[in-house]
Amino acid sequence: MQQVIHVSHLGKMYGKTIAVDDLSFEVNEGEIFGMVGPNGAGKTTTIECLQGLRRPDQGEVCVLGLDPVRQEHSLRLVIGTQLQKAQLPDRLKVDEALDLFASFYPDPTPWPILLERLGLVEKKGAYISELSGGQQQRLFIALALINHPRLVFLDELTTGLDPQARHTIWDLVREIRAEGRTVFLTTHLMEEAEKLCDRVMIVDHGRVVALDTPSALVRSLGAESRVLFICEGAFDPQVLKAISAVSRVEQDGQRVIVYGRAPQPGQPPLIADVANALSAQRIAFTDIRMEQASLEDVFLQLTGRAIRD
Amino acid sequence: MQSFWKLAVLECKLYFRFPIMALFTLALPLMILILLGSIFGNEPSPLYGGYGSVDVSVPAYAAMIIAISAFISLPITLANYRERGILRRFRATPVSPAAVLGAQLVMQFLMTLLGMALLIVAGKLVYGLRFEGNALSVLAAFSLSCLSFFAFGMILAGLIPSVRLASIVGNVLLQPMIYLSGATIPLEVMSPRMREFIRFIPLTHVVTLLRGLWVGDVWSEHQTELIVLSAILVVCSIVAVKVFRWE
Repeated sequence: MQQVIHVSHLGKMYGKTIAVDDLSFEVNEGEIFGMVGPNGAGKTTTIECLQGLRRPDQGEVCVLGLDPVRQEHSLRLVIGTQLQKAQLPDRLKVDEALDLFASFYPDPTPWPILLERLGLVEKKGAYISELSGGQQQRLFIALALINHPRLVFLDELTTGLDPQARHTIWDLVREIRAEGRTVFLTTHLMEEAEKLCDRVMIVDHGRVVALDTPSALVRSLGAESRVLFICEGAFDPQVLKAISAVSRVEQDGQRVIVYGRAPQPGQPPLIADVANALSAQRIAFTDIRMEQASLEDVFLQLTGRAIRD
Repeated sequence: MQSFWKLAVLECKLYFRFPIMALFTLALPLMILILLGSIFGNEPSPLYGGYGSVDVSVPAYAAMIIAISAFISLPITLANYRERGILRRFRATPVSPAAVLGAQLVMQFLMTLLGMALLIVAGKLVYGLRFEGNALSVLAAFSLSCLSFFAFGMILAGLIPSVRLASIVGNVLLQPMIYLSGATIPLEVMSPRMREFIRFIPLTHVVTLLRGLWVGDVWSEHQTELIVLSAILVVCSIVAVKVFRWE
């Protein structure tokens, strides 16, 4: 597989504050690569170094075979960018913005096609300030795609959007991948990283703390599965503790939570064992469901729960 | 080049779509001219060397418009662009920084020129404005004055991070300057000591140059103004390039 981004031992300091500390990773062609981390973990600095907006203090960065600092202009021609907290003038119209950005590149996509694809045809003559949050983000995606980029950077694309708008954006990002483009995104939503990304990199204090597919990250945590059910009658927790996969049982009024190992491939899930044991003892139960560890659990375990700013 | 012209056209459109700056630069000087004309008329007067009050005010107000564009309009527009990440967004594209800033300067120049044109049209139609100079000379002096003052405005735009601060600093510089330069209060009503003092105010040289060329002075009579304005242009351009920041 070809590498689109290659970063080794990247370091960047602001005065005495270390923003990025010895960061190394690679991004493969055609994948959706997610970077997640708490505030101040060094995400923005990393993305700025990749785009040539900032000069690294240490290490090597190679993006699409180019050095982002020395070959800044060539790089900007072949990447697409959507920046967090970067806007356009309020009174600029949608079609004017597209026409302007098209003029920055030698062979742009005809922008009426992009308008159609991103569902903005009716908003063609609207001021940017009149668009909803989701429409604005779609416009910014259109601007990021106008030069047929091989690599697209999407920085906190769905922050502040409602669930409908978020799902529309996710579909768009998958379409971008389907066209063979590589996507590098950052997000605060673990659900987004888990559902959308092929691989996720968790960074903290300027370092990589984990990098793998979302499911491998969840597995590596060795997190327990949880089975929850409601039991209106009395029952003896020993019945469940006898199951070999079960580690502990908690009772909170009528609600029972059974913790156990995630099953190995080929074995029945914990919920089946629990339901069988309860049925065998003729214990009545309702609302049974299983919860699996999510990327959010992994994230919190690796980066801690303390609030940061 | 294509991007540059597109940017310049869009900047002009944006200027009129959010017309607060237009109110300052275009409407306010025009209103003052009409107010003043309706009080004093434009009869020739010995105070103004045989010209009327409107005749001397039109080139003086043109200087005022140049100062408003340079100290208020230009720094506030760019501070707003920086504050909202608009400059950052442009920086992430291959467009040249010179195109982005150049388009802004072209727009400010055209709007300043439009402000002066409105003064001339109103003066001519309402008060029979007299003009005895060479139109090309006046335009050349006007352009040089714009370039010098815009270069200073670019220093402000480079150093000032927010719109709030830009409007405070701009007004603190602008207000004394337009009263102590002959741009609003005519030079003729000032005491000799006062006129000695205001030679140190840069805008005074713009007023003197434009008023002189307006009534037919030749360039050689205005060497001091030319030297001062050229020096401001060179020094401020160098400093502006050094201090400019995208974010």
